[in-house]
Amino acid sequence: MNTTKFALITIVVGAAVMAFAHWFKVDYLFFASYTILQFIVLATAWNILGGYCGYVNFGSAAFFAMGAYSSVALHKFDSLIDHWFSGSFAALLHGIFPLSVPVLILFGAIVSGIAGFGMGYLTLRLRGSFFAIATLALAVVLQTLVVNWEYVGGSRGAYIIRPESIEFVGITINYIEYLFGLMLLLAMLSLVAARAIERSQLGFGFATIRDDELAAEACGVPTLRVKLIATTISGAFMGMAGAPFPYYIGYLQPSSAFGLEYAVNSIAMPMIGGTTSWVGPLVGAILLGSAQQYATVSISSEVNLLIVGLILVGFVIIAPNGLIGLVQGWRRAWRKP
Amino acid sequence: MDISFDLLINAIAAGLLLGGFYAAVTAGVSISFGMLDIVNIAHPGFVILGSYLAYFLNINFGIDPILVSILMLPFFYALGSLIYQVYYLSFEKRGQEALRGLAFFFGLLFVTEVSLILVFGVDYRYVEAIYIGPSIHLGIVDLPLRMLVPCIAALALFGAIQIFITHTFTGRAIMAVSQDQLALQLMAADPIRIKRIAFGLSIAVAAVAGALLIIIQPVEPSVGREYIGRIFAICVLGGLGSMPGTLIAALLLGIVESITATFYGPSWAPAVAFGLLLLTLAFRPAGLFGR
Repeated sequence: MNTTKFALITIVVGAAVMAFAHWFKVDYLFFASYTILQFIVLATAWNILGGYCGYVNFGSAAFFAMGAYSSVALHKFDSLIDHWFSGSFAALLHGIFPLSVPVLILFGAIVSGIAGFGMGYLTLRLRGSFFAIATLALAVVLQTLVVNWEYVGGSRGAYIIRPESIEFVGITINYIEYLFGLMLLLAMLSLVAARAIERSQLGFGFATIRDDELAAEACGVPTLRVKLIATTISGAFMGMAGAPFPYYIGYLQPSSAFGLEYAVNSIAMPMIGGTTSWVGPLVGAILLGSAQQYATVSISSEVNLLIVGLILVGFVIIAPNGLIGLVQGWRRAWRKP
Repeated sequence: MDISFDLLINAIAAGLLLGGFYAAVTAGVSISFGMLDIVNIAHPGFVILGSYLAYFLNINFGIDPILVSILMLPFFYALGSLIYQVYYLSFEKRGQEALRGLAFFFGLLFVTEVSLILVFGVDYRYVEAIYIGPSIHLGIVDLPLRMLVPCIAALALFGAIQIFITHTFTGRAIMAVSQDQLALQLMAADPIRIKRIAFGLSIAVAAVAGALLIIIQPVEPSVGREYIGRIFAICVLGGLGSMPGTLIAALLLGIVESITATFYGPSWAPAVAFGLLLLTLAFRPAGLFGR
């Protein structure tokens, strides 16, 4: 199956999901599934670098928060135009701002993509573990920066008033449904991109680096360049997932944007699903995401995170290739006797 | 000018005391990451676990935190050995330490933190001891005993590790295991056993550092994450596994952080370690004294 066919199938499935959700029309369903879709994007983005290339990124929360805070910064800028500028330039800016959420997503992608590239450039020339350590520390430092940055609300956080509804080609739709639709599109885009990368020359380059970097270098794979492409794409998708977040949550504070759940889930989901193909993060995100939606409501969010952590540790020890690996193993065992 | 000079001297003194403590926190990572090549990012988790055990025993039985840390040593040594055994069987033996081994330690760090939140909540906890509170005044320099006692304990611990590593057969074997496993086997030492001992030691040292940490500052479960940047910055800057290098890098970071906190405000301090780590990785990845 080629990428075009796969993209068409994804669009059909996505349209079906959208139609079903629209027909169901329960706000909670939109809220809950938005989170799951967001995790599909994050897990797929993590897997492009972690699963395909073998480089662990612990800073998913940082890239996610960079997307979210670039939205907040651009949102705040709108109300300060008259304060900073005057005359025709201010009028021009008023014509551009406030930016729509799709444009903010694009900005989030650019900011986090550049950050991914920078992190990669500084640390990827060294041993693999240095990249992991640097990303782990990145989240702490960016949080320090944001807490000290008054413009985006500092430690108090920032309010973003979400409009009630939005006009879209003549139809008025509920804003949360609009955000849900955008995140659905992002999830589709990330899955198609991940699958296309997997089967392209770039994807084979990633796989050689994962299996044996020295051999890949010897065979003429430009490893540094390939790895930088991976960190940039992966970072950009995480930023995209974060950009609509302030509108979704309405009140963004550093501790929620840099939440632990993003870092742990975006690693746990691909690990549980299986890291070698695009199916793994999807399966992991849907299973773990829905289970967490249920557990957060019925038990408590701490217990739910503890369970995620324990499942992650259990899976990496017992089922190194995730659920996909388990299923493949069973199918092989089924055929043999 | 006079006041700021006093401030600077005091900041440097406080930084030296802090740096001595950082040396103890990093000693474990210098062994596990620097010598054994095990990227134990869960190290701060064990530090905080040590803090909470010290807190628990101190509040309920009134035992001195430093005494607690010595009592905890065998327990954490056993825990470390157990973790290494699991790590070896599940990842190192199969050659999967790069991706899954890292995820394993990340999971451990996460599980420790969330468990502590569930048991103790997110309130700051502190211990009580006679040396918390008073200070020694040396001219213009104030040395709070709250910092001085942990620093001395940390340096004593650090010295003990250094002597153990350079002067005993097991210690030298730990240094050798990172360089040439085969040669070590020819000397009739089992590399896996040596690594198990070394990893157990690194976790035991983490627990002691945790008991010292809760003397210096009140602790809550997520404090550990701030230490990830610090310990790896020190470890890399010190040249991965060199004990004297680690000590000098720790003192350096302590001074830079203390000066930053004094002149720009304590909320900027966590960024210092990371900045230093990035600069080191970009310009001197072999560490300050690397060839």
